Amino acid sequence: MPVNVDPALPSRSVASLSRRGFLRALAATGAWAVGGSLLAACQPAAPPPAAPAAPTTAAAAQPTSAPATSAPAAQATAAPAPQPTRAPTTVATVAPAAAKPASTGPLKLGVLLPFSQVYAQLGADILDGMNLYFEGIGNKAGGRDVQIVKEDEGVDPAPAVQKVRKLIEQDQVELFTGIVSTPIAYGARDLLHNAKVISVISNAGGNDLTRGRKSPYIFRVSFSAWQVAYPLGEWEAKNLTKKVVITAADYGFGRESAAAFKQSYEQNGGTVLKEIYPKFPNNDYAPNLPEIQAANPEATYNFYSGSDAVNFVKQYNDFGLKKTIKLTGSGFLLEEDVLPAQGEAALGGISSLHWAKTLDNPENTQFVASWRAKYKREPSVFAMQGFDAARVIVEALNKVSGNTADKDALVKAMEGVKFSSPRGAFEFDPATHNVINPIYLREVRLVDGKPGNVVTATLGTIKDPGA
Amino acid sequence: MPPELVPLALQLLNALAFSMLLFQLAAGLSLIFGLLRFVNLAHGAFYMLGGYLGLALAQASGSFWLALAGVPVGVGLAGLGLEVVLLRPLYRRPHLEQVLLTFGLAFVLGDVVRLLWGGEVRSVAPPPELAGAAFLPGLGVGYPRYRLFVIASGLVLAGLFWLLQARTRLGAIVRAGVQDPEMVAALGIDVGRLFTAVFAFGVGLAAYSGVIAAPYQSLQLGMDFEALLLALIVVVIGGLGTLRGAFFGALLVGTADTFGKAAFPDYSLLVISALMAAVLISRPAGLFGRSLG
Repeated sequence: MPVNVDPALPSRSVASLSRRGFLRALAATGAWAVGGSLLAACQPAAPPPAAPAAPTTAAAAQPTSAPATSAPAAQATAAPAPQPTRAPTTVATVAPAAAKPASTGPLKLGVLLPFSQVYAQLGADILDGMNLYFEGIGNKAGGRDVQIVKEDEGVDPAPAVQKVRKLIEQDQVELFTGIVSTPIAYGARDLLHNAKVISVISNAGGNDLTRGRKSPYIFRVSFSAWQVAYPLGEWEAKNLTKKVVITAADYGFGRESAAAFKQSYEQNGGTVLKEIYPKFPNNDYAPNLPEIQAANPEATYNFYSGSDAVNFVKQYNDFGLKKTIKLTGSGFLLEEDVLPAQGEAALGGISSLHWAKTLDNPENTQFVASWRAKYKREPSVFAMQGFDAARVIVEALNKVSGNTADKDALVKAMEGVKFSSPRGAFEFDPATHNVINPIYLREVRLVDGKPGNVVTATLGTIKDPGA
Repeated sequence: MPPELVPLALQLLNALAFSMLLFQLAAGLSLIFGLLRFVNLAHGAFYMLGGYLGLALAQASGSFWLALAGVPVGVGLAGLGLEVVLLRPLYRRPHLEQVLLTFGLAFVLGDVVRLLWGGEVRSVAPPPELAGAAFLPGLGVGYPRYRLFVIASGLVLAGLFWLLQARTRLGAIVRAGVQDPEMVAALGIDVGRLFTAVFAFGVGLAAYSGVIAAPYQSLQLGMDFEALLLALIVVVIGGLGTLRGAFFGALLVGTADTFGKAAFPDYSLLVISALMAAVLISRPAGLFGRSLG
């Protein structure tokens, strides 16, 4: 993810722009736009009068995203102001929020999920999954109505973390859930931990969130990178081939997935011939494909998600690699959100994940049927994670009769939540607060005429080692 | 061909295919800048819109070719309307206001796409005659037909542009307009209409490249700004406002990117950035740009 490092925008005034300087400023504006810090991009363009009118998000994002800017005078005076006021508020609001008797009236549940940009579909699936569960039980948790306060996660850590702050301080949410992207989860971790807001992470899978940076108040219902990738390494070495090439998107989760796969693959006698980490995001994998072929492996293990997964799998097929080099990878490479766009290029692909749409258990059959009835589209693993996040919240609140003020009791209640989920048995590891996941081996085959993941084996019930 | 050279030949084809995709993307941006003197920051959004409309039209009609022909015309006409209604009143104002307008337009169009098509990743199948791989006798391996088509389309387009610019009266007027719009107006040519036509044409080109790119890559939210950045890099390197610059800039960026990705996949963005820095230091106006001072 292109994090917004300030590309040192020229802070010259509009009137004195030479033509060439103008062009450079424009190029920089474009670069900023791509970085996602869109409103901030108006900064060099906006003459002073526009500054006070700038929306709060821009102002809020500014100090954190660009502390090293060669700040023009206006900015220098504006920037320090919010900073000191904000720091004390964190401390100040924590105490009253905790002391407030919060067990009557509607339950305020803060939700941070991406509703725009590349992860918009994941955010929609998770929220729809939550709503499916809440509606199914009459929208009550511990006898209280569930009231969702939602914010858009987007893709950029700095503004997303500000929104977590807003949910905690301004909206005073009693519980928090969501977060798709790992860097954003790491960014929000201290805020949530310090404010003791009990949080249910419903996607972000960076290992460290339930290892070195775990918090008693943070629970994860989704997965860790290690959990999904590790079991496949052993299976692949024992059952498929001892020679693979690993490729993964060059960011934390991709690298962690690759490392976990490699660890168990090598422990079981496999040899990794080559590792390739293309930049993220990436539209064209054609340059990497001859490199894979040159290493002459019998299979590849790959991690990509979203549009990267679509492009990789299609191009892997277009260039004829799939015929001779078995396509395997993380479940996200071949999940329901990308499978329709991959089409037949995905056929034969093998992956591991903690769920599959075709998984045969009563809860999943029920979940898939009610999802289709309500939303008229196909569910994904993200939808299932939203569904389970909502259920965890409801089950825990029922145990404490809706009282969120007693944090320790609520944490205990959360730790004890156990139920039959569409993924199989659901329970937390009390030591890490990460979910203990059944991991399934899946192969893409034609299901009712369309490519779909068929579960061919269970790779075990996997607990993240937590260190 | 000796077998050890096959990977290199494949990478050269990859580089050419990506370069031609970039050229088709950047040409419209460069053209509009050359004449209208502002950077159309909605260029990526028109590209994205073209891709999604191409998807819709190809699905509805069952013909990719119909989409490739129809979508650029439709989006170009929309661009014509936008120029007349939104941009024209701003021509007397500083260029930055025109740029900001197109920047805002980019967000509006991005949201329109999200409303109409949602956040799912989409892909467009190449037409049946371009599906699969073509066997290249010289290489002894297959290469995706669609990529060969992208190369052909880019080269043909470049040839047509050259003919249009060098050999027709319209091309002469556009070239003159790039040099000195006031003088062109003084000669009795309606510069306003010329601006409108060029803007519409540039926007149509963005949509055309979007339709071309859809089966090559995939469609997703955020592709608009990604494309805009690439197009900006290409025209900054090639020299803003010249089609020749867009062509050679695209070749340079496409080749550097392809070989950069192959050699150091995790630092590949750095390769393009370094290239841009090197060009800007040695030739601040770009390879073929004139200093417009």
